[in-house]
Amino acid sequence: MGDKPSARLIVGASGARLLLKGLVMKRFARALGFAMGLAILLGFGTQAASSQTLKAVQDRGQLICGANGTLAGFGLPDPQGNWTGFDVDFCRAIAAAIFNDPTKVKFVPLTAANRFTALQSGEVDVLARNTTWTMSRDTSLGIDFAAVNYYDGQGFMVRKSLKVNSALELNDAAVCVQQGTTTELNLADYFRSNNMSLKTVTFATADEAVKAYDSSRCDSYTTDSSALYGERLRLADPGAHIVLPEIISKEPLSPAVRQGDDTWEDIVRWVHHAMINAEELGVNQKNVDDMLKSSAPDIRRLLGVEGQFGEPLGLSNDWAYRIIKAVGNYGESFERNVGQGSPLKIARGLNALWTKGGLQYGLPVR
Amino acid sequence: MSDIAQPPSRKARRFGNIALQAGLVAIVGGIAYAAMVNAAQNLAQAHIASGFGFWNNTAGFDISQTLIAYSSSTSTFGRAFWVGLLNTLLVAGIGIALATVLGFIVGLGRLSRNWLVAKLAAGYVELIRNVPLLLQILFWYNAVLKSLPELRDSVAFSGGIILNNRGLFLPRPEFAASFRYVLITLFVAVAAAIALRVWARRRQEQTGQRAPLLWIALALIIGLPLGFTLLTDLPIRFSYPQSGRFNVLGGIEILPEFAALLAALSIYTAAFIAEVVRAGVLAVSPGQTEAAQALGLRPGTTLRLVVVPQAMRVIVPPLTSQYLNLIKNSSLAVAIGYPDLVQVFAGSVLNITGQAVEVIAITMAVYLAISLVTSLIMNLYGHAIAVVER
Amino acid sequence: MAATADSFYLRTVPAQRLPPPPARAGAIGWLRANLLSSPGNIALTAICVVSVCWVVPQLLRFFLLDAVWSGHDREACLASPVNPEPGACWAFVRVWLNYFIYGFYPIGERWRVDLFFLALAFGIVWLAWLAAPRRDIGAFYFFIVLPILSFVLLSGVPMFGLSQVSTSLWGGILVTIVVATVGIVVSLPLGILLALGRRSEIAVVRLCSVTFIEFVRGVPLITVLFMASVMLPLFVPERFAPDKLLRALIGVALFASAYMAEVVRGGLAAVPRGQYEAARALGLPYWRMMALVVLPQALRVTLPNIVNTFIGLFKDTTLVFVVGIFDFLRTIEAARADPHWATPVTSVTGYVFAAMFYFACCYGMSRYARSVETRLARAQRR
Repeated sequence: MGDKPSARLIVGASGARLLLKGLVMKRFARALGFAMGLAILLGFGTQAASSQTLKAVQDRGQLICGANGTLAGFGLPDPQGNWTGFDVDFCRAIAAAIFNDPTKVKFVPLTAANRFTALQSGEVDVLARNTTWTMSRDTSLGIDFAAVNYYDGQGFMVRKSLKVNSALELNDAAVCVQQGTTTELNLADYFRSNNMSLKTVTFATADEAVKAYDSSRCDSYTTDSSALYGERLRLADPGAHIVLPEIISKEPLSPAVRQGDDTWEDIVRWVHHAMINAEELGVNQKNVDDMLKSSAPDIRRLLGVEGQFGEPLGLSNDWAYRIIKAVGNYGESFERNVGQGSPLKIARGLNALWTKGGLQYGLPVR
Repeated sequence: MSDIAQPPSRKARRFGNIALQAGLVAIVGGIAYAAMVNAAQNLAQAHIASGFGFWNNTAGFDISQTLIAYSSSTSTFGRAFWVGLLNTLLVAGIGIALATVLGFIVGLGRLSRNWLVAKLAAGYVELIRNVPLLLQILFWYNAVLKSLPELRDSVAFSGGIILNNRGLFLPRPEFAASFRYVLITLFVAVAAAIALRVWARRRQEQTGQRAPLLWIALALIIGLPLGFTLLTDLPIRFSYPQSGRFNVLGGIEILPEFAALLAALSIYTAAFIAEVVRAGVLAVSPGQTEAAQALGLRPGTTLRLVVVPQAMRVIVPPLTSQYLNLIKNSSLAVAIGYPDLVQVFAGSVLNITGQAVEVIAITMAVYLAISLVTSLIMNLYGHAIAVVER
Repeated sequence: MAATADSFYLRTVPAQRLPPPPARAGAIGWLRANLLSSPGNIALTAICVVSVCWVVPQLLRFFLLDAVWSGHDREACLASPVNPEPGACWAFVRVWLNYFIYGFYPIGERWRVDLFFLALAFGIVWLAWLAAPRRDIGAFYFFIVLPILSFVLLSGVPMFGLSQVSTSLWGGILVTIVVATVGIVVSLPLGILLALGRRSEIAVVRLCSVTFIEFVRGVPLITVLFMASVMLPLFVPERFAPDKLLRALIGVALFASAYMAEVVRGGLAAVPRGQYEAARALGLPYWRMMALVVLPQALRVTLPNIVNTFIGLFKDTTLVFVVGIFDFLRTIEAARADPHWATPVTSVTGYVFAAMFYFACCYGMSRYARSVETRLARAQRR
């Protein structure tokens, strides 16, 4: 941000030029004052936003979390404005770690198009909105991804009555898709590389695309497969639709933070790993109080009975205990929101623990 | 205009004026400059590319309705732009034609002596004018989508026309090389009809005799090319749409998005045009109608020769702004996924390239240009029908 | 003279009184004159009557007779033995009504929204009721006090004990009304300035006004909103990047100003030139001439057009959906997608409910505009 003061100088200089002109005419001074005020306003405005996100959150007494808002299982408010979902739980876990109160979160519903701007401009503290971690996003948007909390991939949903078993049978099919996402490009790539022809019907929002698919405007709807399960619930007859086995892309979903606040990034990353570790160690919401008495050193360190792992993050040492007490471990959150305990019934798959053939691997707390 | 009131301060005022103008230029320039500096800085910070280099990059996404050849693997963003623009022009052009016809019918219906017709027309105008267009588009789209049969229960009309919730599929005419002779015949027929009209008018002015011009012209324009077509070995063939496993393939496809947008735009704008027409007709003094009737003109002829030409002078300027509104409103296509300029260019292209400034600037420039051209055409027409004062 | 007497016709017996022509009097006469005057008319009437008879009972059945008025989820609105062909699902509207009105506005704070609606209604009545006392204070209230009051109420100022409510929680009718109100409150003064600028003698002012007006009127509102939401954050320093709702408000206000300017310009043109000259002759400087003599007359003449522009603006508020703001129509769309209420009739019900709301507002305003117009016409005739 080294070039900022110079910008202020330039704007200031144009104000000074105005000043000289203004001295000639008295009646003109008022307009000038306005221009100067504007220039000063713009000039001051170029100072960087506060870099201490944690401090800002603590001062505010509330975490602001960018979430989906329309995706069942990940982020969806009910008519009373109570948010639920996998990403929502993640934000609640952060709030629990900071405030020991999972309700001190404000959720801001974001669309695919405005999510990065919202994070960059400081509108939200953390972006947990099923966002794919890609190289270009990581390197060129001024944001950092903390940890993959959901391994996803793009899939297809079709009607059972079509008797289609594979995406490769979808030649000539009409596919509904949301515009402006990687999904739209992956779709065209996939059909082209398999020499199939395709009729795309593009919509500005996922809502519209799903509604159109539901009214059988299209044969298939494509998006991240986790979202497919969530969207399936919003169809008039969820049982009449299946998700095809093909996964045509890699979509590692990760919460993201602004670049340049490493401590904050660490907090978000370790909230995720605390939840994974808790599952690996068998600590869950129900038994966490008993586990405080456990003699296993891993558990004692995680729950803050031993060692001082919270302090370097600016948190209390029982930060992980608070998370698990309030939200539960990774597996609990998964099952409750998207797994067998939820209407989505998504299998753990790649998101199983590494000990069970999945990819979720808790970094050691020590 | 008050120079007489304050003669002594004339010079000071002129100086003040110049200073004010200079100041205004400085302020506007200063704000624009500050905005540009900030924009450049913000763009650089977000690592967003600038410039129009993206125009020739491969688009990579698919578009559901393309009037010109387009493929996701080879076509560029520039090509996608043209596809979107043509789709906008298509829906706007047909929409203007439909809205004008419907608007004139409803507008004259409101003035009908038939009480029921007048009330129904008034009800139509009030209902349609007072409900947002977007709501109507969504309603039509979902109504159209929901009420049409699914692919499996497609309605097949005679002549190979298929209708289902994927759209309306018409046979696509394919023209053989010899079709150009048919076109030439058509051209000759039109020329002959025009010549006939000139001759008939001259004869009527001289002798008062009228020729059944309309029928002869129709016979010429339709009969001649048709006869020629039948005489030669049918230079037009039709490729019929076929039901495939998932979709109807082949033929001309009319998307439901297109139909819904077109219906909503025409019906909405027609309500406004109806009011314009009504005001225009009411502006013609009743003495004109009475004089025409006194001369023995029949009601239809009165309307055609006396009322409408005078009403048109009042109608054209507000009609123009209704046409412009329709063109601008076609951008609401984005709500239902019809691939118009805004949906394709300011939607997909903007999101993929991230170059908001360039894309929005181009989009706005295009709408401005369309508006200007439409105004120009309608102004020329307005001049053509203006009263020649004697 | 007797010889000539019979060359005059002189009636000696009074003519028999004829009954009134049957076709001119009473209900039948009215029918004949207005519905059955000619074969063509008879045919038209027949078509209309048949279609009305065909449509109206179906509408009645769907929206009233077979409609579902209460229930907790979609089961109520699905076909059942009791109601084999369910009509409109009003239960859906009832369940979601609070969401349609307030969006996600915190439940405990919703009295603030109600208070805002009241304050707004008060201001509107004060200004719209032409016989109301002290309408100048009314204008001051509407254009200065109300915006500040609304901001304090809706957004919240912790200093006054009102907790802050982020605009991302606002939704439904609240947002629709806020967008429309801000549109009118900003666009009227700005539109007047632009209209004066367009008639100004100073070339640069005129040029700026004309460029702005014609530019904005030449592009669709959607692109203006896109620009406001995507480009505005780029043009101002990061820290001042306005929030999503504010961006849309700026876009809508600028858009409405250009249209308002043209309406005001029409009003200014209607003020006779003599009024300007008389004001100048009295020695009034430009701004006082405008404020005291010209604008009061111009605005009065053009009030119906201002209301009509406002109707357009009110309908256009639906377009803020493209920048992801939950206005009334958008909340309907969101609720429509709720699987708990997914039935074949949910969408239609939602849309019809929305249409009724917009129709009631817009039709009311247009009736008002027309009554003002009649009143003005009466004044003109005098």
